[in-house]
Amino acid sequence: MLWHGDRDLRGVDAAILPGGFSYGDYLRCGAIARFAPVMSELVPAARAGLPVLGICNGFQILCEAHLLPGALTRNAGLKFITRDLRLRVENARTAWTRAYSGGEQIVVPLKSGEGAYAADPGTLADLEASGQVVISYAGDNPNGSAAGIAGVCNAEGNVVGLMPHPEHAIDDLTGPSADGLGFFASVVAGVAV
Amino acid sequence: MTVTDTVAGAAAAAGMPQPFAELGLTPAEYEKIVDTLGRRPTSAELALYSVMWSEHCSYKSSKVHLRQFAAKAPPSDALLAGIGHNAGVVDIGQGYAVTFKIESHNHPSYVEPHQGAATGVGGIVRDILAMGARPVAVMDALRFGPASAPDTGRVLPGVVSGISFYGNCLGLPNIGGELDFDPSYAGNPLVNALCVGVMRHGDLQVAAASGAGNKVILFGSTTGPDGVGGASVLASATFGEVKGGGEVGGGDAAKRPSVQVGDPFTEKLLVECCLELFAAGLVVGIQDLGAAGVACATTELAAGGTGGMLVRLDEVPLRDASLGPPEILMSESQERMMAVVEPARVDEFLGVCAKWDVRAAVIGEVTDTGRLVMTWHGEPVVDIPPSSAADGPVYARPAMRPAAQDALAADDPAALPRPADGAGLLADLLALLSSPGLADKSWVTDQYDRYVRGDTVLAMPEDGGLIRVDEATGLGIALATDGNGRYCRLDPYLGTQLALSEAYRNVAATGARPLAVTNCLNFGSPEDPEVMWQFAEAVRGLADGCAALAVPVTGGNVSFYNQTGTVAIHPTPVIGVLGVHDDVRRRVSIGFRDASGPIVLLGRTEAEFGGSAWAHVVHGHLGGRPPAPDLDAERRLAALLAAAAAAGLLAAAHDLSDGGLAVALAESCLRGGVGCAVRLPGDPFTALFSESAGRCVVAVRAGAEAAFAELRDQHGVPGETIGAVGGDSLVVDGCFAIPLTELAAVHGQTLPALFG
Repeated sequence: MLWHGDRDLRGVDAAILPGGFSYGDYLRCGAIARFAPVMSELVPAARAGLPVLGICNGFQILCEAHLLPGALTRNAGLKFITRDLRLRVENARTAWTRAYSGGEQIVVPLKSGEGAYAADPGTLADLEASGQVVISYAGDNPNGSAAGIAGVCNAEGNVVGLMPHPEHAIDDLTGPSADGLGFFASVVAGVAV
Repeated sequence: MTVTDTVAGAAAAAGMPQPFAELGLTPAEYEKIVDTLGRRPTSAELALYSVMWSEHCSYKSSKVHLRQFAAKAPPSDALLAGIGHNAGVVDIGQGYAVTFKIESHNHPSYVEPHQGAATGVGGIVRDILAMGARPVAVMDALRFGPASAPDTGRVLPGVVSGISFYGNCLGLPNIGGELDFDPSYAGNPLVNALCVGVMRHGDLQVAAASGAGNKVILFGSTTGPDGVGGASVLASATFGEVKGGGEVGGGDAAKRPSVQVGDPFTEKLLVECCLELFAAGLVVGIQDLGAAGVACATTELAAGGTGGMLVRLDEVPLRDASLGPPEILMSESQERMMAVVEPARVDEFLGVCAKWDVRAAVIGEVTDTGRLVMTWHGEPVVDIPPSSAADGPVYARPAMRPAAQDALAADDPAALPRPADGAGLLADLLALLSSPGLADKSWVTDQYDRYVRGDTVLAMPEDGGLIRVDEATGLGIALATDGNGRYCRLDPYLGTQLALSEAYRNVAATGARPLAVTNCLNFGSPEDPEVMWQFAEAVRGLADGCAALAVPVTGGNVSFYNQTGTVAIHPTPVIGVLGVHDDVRRRVSIGFRDASGPIVLLGRTEAEFGGSAWAHVVHGHLGGRPPAPDLDAERRLAALLAAAAAAGLLAAAHDLSDGGLAVALAESCLRGGVGCAVRLPGDPFTALFSESAGRCVVAVRAGAEAAFAELRDQHGVPGETIGAVGGDSLVVDGCFAIPLTELAAVHGQTLPALFG
């Protein structure tokens, strides 16, 4: 576990920015956390290839820190949504999705109030063209995300952000499936070699 | 510059008129304060007594009744701390203890729905934290006026967004609760919040200031002018009037400043900070600040300890520098705690607070004077015996059975027209499933995070919430809350026992063993003898019921004055039952799924329709007698369900309550996505819609039929096989068949259509 106040990554092989409400989401989701001291080390490390996964609030922080393109805005309908959703893995070549196959469908919970992905049309076209759309909503678009985008990556594919919570889909006892394990298996396999 | 009213000044200016009535005190109570002190109180002392002696804080009208919970308590070796603490503590084995409590935030949630409900969550979480436990889950029991009423459109979305805003940010899964509608709650919605926490046996903390010389530290948020008088003028008065004869103009809007404002991120930091302080052994005593703020925390810590404390009120960190002693004492600013710390450990304590960005200030010391003394820039402004404020007055209020009670009981629903054929039965089922109280609650529950912390095994719409406590052993806890204002209106004694039975049965349906009880008793004005009769009957019913079911009451909360003018709500005790699950991997869901086999209806069905959902929804009728509880049968049923779950014999289990077998079957089909076909014993109408207590419908695992039948005989639970799981329709042989897609549409459309 890395402490937000330390300018130190302690030699980790990969980093996950978990979901939650950093600084209460006051001001704007992730807007304050991007200035946390640990980010001064994380941003250059990510640019140098460190595998980084941002989940929900972590995704919002990565966008605020400009490690990922676009932004997360209030859900269409303006309400917080907790729902088990069918997702499609669009890009199975990133550091965090290699354990999946392209086009594979998985069931993972979404739980967020500001999960609507937004970007300008040019950026959206670039993301599609370059395969940077990693995960999309396979069924109904739950929150008004542009192009049904649930997760994106940087051009190199080592930094991934996604709104759904794969850590809540690791067994049938506490989640709707074990489909989320693939994100963690992907990165573990990557750092083991 | 305002002049501070000091103790010396009060002794000198003896005859000064004081605004005790505006603060909610009666003339007799004011006289009692003067007698206790031997002089008139200072304005700070008057503020302190007014909030401490409010109904909300002192339980002055309920105490004489609540004593039955202890007097009639069944022998239990599970109780580590009982009534009177911030929350009761229950031993669940393997070295773990659990603390849980439910509390009302009704009045603030009507005046300012979002913040009122949000701070209701925050308050109960701090109660659990103060016992030394890590809060692990919350639940909410909600009641509103008619779903289509314009004011419900204001209150309900605000309450739900407030719970969502606070609980989600705090990182606590919301695992269940209730939602119901009735005209009696139109001006008095009920917002009852439950929290449960887990600790190791040795982690129990006490709310006592002991050890003269120890430091008193206030930490968390700064103190502001929000929530001043929340306990007295807001929670202890009816709407549409001000208790004690004072006049506050402008109606409910004038009370908005008495509603607190929540900051869930600060509460999250406070939780982590407190748990680290406890783990480091830095805390001698601790109290959360809720109703009555600093006034309550200081008097209760002092009264619970060696009896003396010196507090320098000018050391309290303020967010509004204009506040004086009375406002500081009465403020209900949220996210604050007060701890007693040995002088040598103060630096370490402040270091932990700094790590979590939690503000902390030493504001006083424990003394051996037996007096609670508070100073303001060196001048004493409070000097009282703390127990005089903490104990408060006790009233044995007059109680009278309402004159209309007999006519109500005589208005038997047997006279209501019943559906004549299968089409009519189906129409009534669809009417029930689409009624706001029984419709799909996803519109509400999707706004809550049920997954966070990663230990949620069952959550709404299951019968009970189920949380894993130990990943290695599978130990877990189950929780359910239930209450039925209609049953209690017809008979508060039986109605309360029915609420207890239902929560007990819901916990058992998950496969857990019910262990302990908490309660939130929502009633009208205690100054109305008919309300007081309802209250006395409800408490007697609960105490007797708990004795019969062998589950002790560990704590609870009373909310009076839920009335507008002279019209009170239905008496609505909300009962929470906690159970222990030996292995959550053996949990039982309500959902019918593929592998399920025969469906067995457990318990006895009589023609019982008084207060039923059918009478309410189809005929708008409330009358007759509620179903007769059979607590011995409930015990046997619960034991059977736990044993069958442990043996892995059950594929599904769902308790029967509102709407009877018909609604239960529909819910189980919709939850699991698989239909069923049943053949009803006896009169189809009674079989489908009666609300006889002590019943449960189970799907037995294919191949386990004989083992289950043997177990059922051993436990003496009547039951019969009524059909089987399968298909994509709900089929009632000889009556009707309906595809699940149609059921789901009818069930799901109501709340989105009403609330957007």
